[in-house]
Amino acid sequence: MDSFLGRYKNLLVLVTVLVVQIVGLAAQIRRPSVRGDGAGVRLLRSWAAALVTPPERLLHNTTGGLSGLWANYVDLRRVRQENQNLKAHIDRLQMEQAALLEDARQGQRLQKLLAFREHYVSATVPAQVIGTSGTDQSHVLLIDKGSADGLKPDMAVITPEGILGKLRDVFRHTSQVLEISDQSSGVGVLLETTRLRGVLRGNALGQPEIVNLLPDERIKPGERVITSGGDQIFPRGLLVGIVDHVVPDLDNPPYVGILIKPAAKLGHVGEVLVITATSGEMTAQAQKDIAQSAEAAAAAPPMPARAADILAERLPGLDARPDASKSPSAEQLPPPVVAPLPLRTDRYTPNATPPAADLVPGQPVTPLAVAAVPVVPQKRAASAPASRTAAPAKPPAPSAGFVPKPRVAGKPSNTTVVPQPKHGPQPASSSAAEAIP
Amino acid sequence: MALMVSTRRELDVQHYPWIVVLLAPLTAIFLQSYIPRYFSRFDLLDLPLLVVIYFAVGWRNPVSGTITGAVVGLLQDALTNRPLGVNGIAKTVVGFCAASVGVKIAVENPGTRLLMNFVFTLMNTAMYLLIVHRLLALDLRTDWLHEVIKAVINSIVGVFVFDLLDRCRARE
Repeated sequence: MDSFLGRYKNLLVLVTVLVVQIVGLAAQIRRPSVRGDGAGVRLLRSWAAALVTPPERLLHNTTGGLSGLWANYVDLRRVRQENQNLKAHIDRLQMEQAALLEDARQGQRLQKLLAFREHYVSATVPAQVIGTSGTDQSHVLLIDKGSADGLKPDMAVITPEGILGKLRDVFRHTSQVLEISDQSSGVGVLLETTRLRGVLRGNALGQPEIVNLLPDERIKPGERVITSGGDQIFPRGLLVGIVDHVVPDLDNPPYVGILIKPAAKLGHVGEVLVITATSGEMTAQAQKDIAQSAEAAAAAPPMPARAADILAERLPGLDARPDASKSPSAEQLPPPVVAPLPLRTDRYTPNATPPAADLVPGQPVTPLAVAAVPVVPQKRAASAPASRTAAPAKPPAPSAGFVPKPRVAGKPSNTTVVPQPKHGPQPASSSAAEAIP
Repeated sequence: MALMVSTRRELDVQHYPWIVVLLAPLTAIFLQSYIPRYFSRFDLLDLPLLVVIYFAVGWRNPVSGTITGAVVGLLQDALTNRPLGVNGIAKTVVGFCAASVGVKIAVENPGTRLLMNFVFTLMNTAMYLLIVHRLLALDLRTDWLHEVIKAVINSIVGVFVFDLLDRCRARE
């Protein structure tokens, strides 16, 4: 036995170490919890982070201090000009914000009507990126804030340009951020123009990709992609990126994948914001900014009218209560059109089939006789709201049946079609009319 | 004759101060984590792998090479979002093979080191892909040309890293 152990000591140690690691790997995969790691694994990750992050933080602070020394005392020459440029930029943004205020307020009113609750970012924690995972197969960043700063797993991490990812592991003074380009990530997204929803995750080559979408010719490169809010992690409306191009999903036809060019610079991020809280109302600071913008817009000379506003003035509006003086009188209505008789009635002719109560199983169905009816245009009532859907109409002239007016291509019918009762000619007072747009 | 052989083998085994044995892998892991923050292409390099190969070859002991590879690989895994053991298993196998090669072949020659690093980098990549694709069942497409380029870069950088670590050997 000793000679066996001594002879194959190296192989036995190799096999033992491999078996232990494979068993550990299987244990981690077998219990896929929400967090993905057991307590023991989390401890190892914490130790590894504790080994690596202190020198990273030291180096980062040192380089940051030196660059701050340069920027604050040596490179002041361009600060004044940059300050002026920034002030002018802020003034322009305030003007644009004021122009968008009314649209935003209208949107909020509509949301209230629908009992829809918006989530606004109410609290953020700034953090610095101090390290990475070190491999191109795993897209993880290390930041210098942790649970001591109020961070928790699954908090959204964003940059001013766009979203970056979410917190994966949170230690005492450090956290891991899982980028949106990682294969194990998942973000609910929405295409801004086409309003198509999908899930964004990283593909095998590290590119963010919206997966499991059916091909749609409306999807064009350059379309903005925003968060949909459906994942309950990222608030709705944050910029994700723009559509780069569409590729077929070879593993899951006929689905396609939409490759995204992320708005955030995923490989070169310095400072990030961690969203620690959201609320249904805007923060006091945001409301104050909006109020200031409104005052500035009121005090400033009027901006040139937007093309959308000019077109809106020219196009007819949809009034809730149509003006009685504008409704067409009876003399202005077109004369009734008599629909032609069908050459032959069959069971497919409208209103030619007898009611089911009169049918006997096994016996052939005899279609009812139908006759031409005058198609009477419906007079719009002064008190009733204009609507494209069903509206009660005056009873038409009595007739034997009904034949729909044949449609002319490109010419919408503006007359009322009156369906006739089922048993031959009957007064149509009990039937309802349907307005055809 | 047997004594001479054993004496020669013992002379060939390299010894390093414990501080070097401790700091070299940690420094490699630290640099591998920190430098891609500023230079993203640095993740093509695998400094911890080079350190594992160097010590495994230097010690010429498969057991030491196996354990070194396992520890370094697990530390690397702890900084990623993959389960622990992916890099651990890959570097365990590489450490064992490197030590086994070191027993048989003299690896002081830069050309030998270049070829050895190239082969072991490809072996590490193959093991990693095998584990991720077969054991974890993750979709992991890769470009083999990209992996060959990574192996070439690692082998070239490895020559300089080995030369740097040679200066840290214990003087006897």
